[in-house]
Amino acid sequence: MSGAFTKTMARNIFYGGSAFFIFIFIALTFDTVGALPERDHRENINEQVILGKRVWENNNCVGCHTLMGEGAYFAPELANVYNRFGNSKEAIIGFIKSRPVDGIPGRRSMPQFNLSDEELEGVAEFLKWTSEVDDANWPPNIQG
Amino acid sequence: MQYQSQMVAKPYFIAAIGLFIGQIIFGLIMGWQYVVGDFLFPEIPFNVARMVHTNLLIVWLLFGFMGASYYLVPEESETELYSPKLALALFWIFLVAGALTIVGYLAVPYATLAQVTGNELLPTMGREFLEQPTITKIGIVIVALGFLFNIAMTVLKGRKTTVSLVLLIGLTGLALLFLFSFYNPHNLVLDKMFWWYVVHLWVEGVWELILGAILAFVLIKTTGVDREVIEKWLYVIIAMTLITGILGTGHHFYWIGTPEYWQIIGSVFSALEPIPFFMMTVFAFNMVNQRRREHPNKAAVLWALGTAVMAFLGAGVWGFLHTLSPVNYYTHGSQITAAHGHMAFYGAYVMIVLTIISYAMPMMRGRAAANSEKAQVMEMWSFWLMTVAMVFITLFLTAAGILQIYMQRMGGDAAQPFMVVQENIALFYWLREGAGFVFLTGLILYVVSFFVGGEERKETA
Ligand code: HEC
Ligand code: HEM
Ligand code: HEM
Ligand SMILES: [Fe+2]
Repeated sequence: MSGAFTKTMARNIFYGGSAFFIFIFIALTFDTVGALPERDHRENINEQVILGKRVWENNNCVGCHTLMGEGAYFAPELANVYNRFGNSKEAIIGFIKSRPVDGIPGRRSMPQFNLSDEELEGVAEFLKWTSEVDDANWPPNIQG
Repeated sequence: MQYQSQMVAKPYFIAAIGLFIGQIIFGLIMGWQYVVGDFLFPEIPFNVARMVHTNLLIVWLLFGFMGASYYLVPEESETELYSPKLALALFWIFLVAGALTIVGYLAVPYATLAQVTGNELLPTMGREFLEQPTITKIGIVIVALGFLFNIAMTVLKGRKTTVSLVLLIGLTGLALLFLFSFYNPHNLVLDKMFWWYVVHLWVEGVWELILGAILAFVLIKTTGVDREVIEKWLYVIIAMTLITGILGTGHHFYWIGTPEYWQIIGSVFSALEPIPFFMMTVFAFNMVNQRRREHPNKAAVLWALGTAVMAFLGAGVWGFLHTLSPVNYYTHGSQITAAHGHMAFYGAYVMIVLTIISYAMPMMRGRAAANSEKAQVMEMWSFWLMTVAMVFITLFLTAAGILQIYMQRMGGDAAQPFMVVQENIALFYWLREGAGFVFLTGLILYVVSFFVGGEERKETA
């Protein structure tokens, strides 16, 4: 790179270009936040869902699982586990509750978290709510 | 080394290498758990090993960036560092806080850690890469502010170069964007959306400025090419980074509940993100070809060229592979993501930190400009071992990913459950683990290279 194209011109492209796209990005951020209520069904975020998200976070479930495709790739996707388990919160609760403390020999294992009934109910409700978010039909099929 | 205060970089680099070793050990533990599911269960569950692996990575890269800044900013500014004492104090604060956090992950269940650190007061924990207790996060902000103050004051009182300015912009952006980690709404969709304002805007935004600045500095020093030329390249590269990378954030907004126009914006702009990485490769090779001197530190030049090539492969090529929304629909959250994450982080950020360490460390250890031939040869062996091992890790994970997608996400009713598929493709996880041990061998050799050969006798610099 030489000749007529100077360092000052390069610098101006950097500042101008960055400022322009930061501005566009902020505008799109506002637009997206404004459009979300139609997609995320926030009217269904009740006390249980809130508790469920906290249980999800406080036990670092995302360290093994993906949720809407984000997280770890060691264990099944959970954004659609509610559907995979036949639209049943009880099945989810039963699964989490029944994890053996010492794992399953030779198999990738999920810890026994000793969650209270309230926490179990919450996390199941949270996973149900997540399954209802309009996420452009992801994942491609029920296996996640 | 021209300024005494540049020496504060040394403990930062040593800590970085130490934590790097820890990171790789936990990587290997996880790699084993991938194939022998109950390995170390329930003592070290997979999620714990993963937090340690990724958080050590981020922390040691931050140590590396800070060390690089303390080394290069005085030299660029032609003045001593504003406060070496502050730099040293922050070093110990950061190291102790980091160590305590890692011990916390390993010693108690995560839920207990959340409880004793008062996560309820300001819940920020339990999200990927941002697992640190809230008080650790606050500590990170304090260290970052003190560090930025120190660097900014040094730049202000001395010569202002493009390299130090770009570095400073990058570091400021790093600190500011981290503040989004304190925003954790009840609404998962909003949470996920703004989580990327930390993660994506770091690695595909401001960190690239830091990368560019360090690379430019090392190239100025080792090639002797006119600073004006290098700084012009730097501006063009980082201009392309932000022009493509900011809206490129959209490649994470396809399937998390955000509006569908992101599929177009994200695909178009992120498809252009390889451009700055490609330019970086052309830049590095051009500068080395036009060199006006033979720098005796061949290893540092090798690391610099390696960074440019591997960043382009890992971020540019492997990023492009899965960034268009119709492709990402199938690859999202699969082993393809892991393949890309590994090569991109290694190629861009691990390698740039090892580049500046390779360049600066000999001088901080009282050598004229480079290590002995013997030490350099060993270091270059470690370069090849680690880099080739990472290429294979990436290839094996990519193969695993393709099979995973084929068996689990395609083929209609014949699609198989996640756990079944994981067993079907275990061979590739074994191979990945093998490559991981080669990586560890390279890393051990790297550490050993610091202890062999003594001083270079013939001097050229
Ligand atoms: C240490 C890793 C780990 C952690 C942490 C973890 N899980 Fe799991 N989870 C697994 C594994 C492995 C499986 C698959 C078990 C099997 O099939 O035998 C699984 C399966 C599940 C399933 C059934 C999925 C299916 O499709 O069969 C649900 C539901 C679930 N986990 C919920 C959770 C929740 C909620 C948390 C957090 C409170 C959590 N998991 C934390 C590893 C983990
Ligand atoms: C040496 C051998 C290594 C092994 C065996 C290894 C293994 C692993 C494993 C098993 C995971 C978890 C994947 C999952 O979520 O299921 C992981 C995640 C990760 N590792 Fe490594 N790793 C190694 C080296 C490295 C290196 C050198 C880097 C840095 C460049 C790195 C960066 C990462 C990152 C960024 C993640 C998160 C990936 C993502 O979310 O996509 N690893 N690693
Ligand atoms: C050095 C720069 C880069 C680094 C360190 C990096 C690292 C990562 C990591 C760690 C992830 C996984 C995040 C998670 O855990 O969910 C990821 C995801 C992704 N990256 Fe990059 N990346 C870089 C550059 C790029 C570029 C340039 C592109 C596009 C051309 C790209 C495209 C993607 C895409 C599409 C995903 C989402 C994958 C999914 O849907 O699961 N990346 N990146
Ligand atoms: Fe990204």
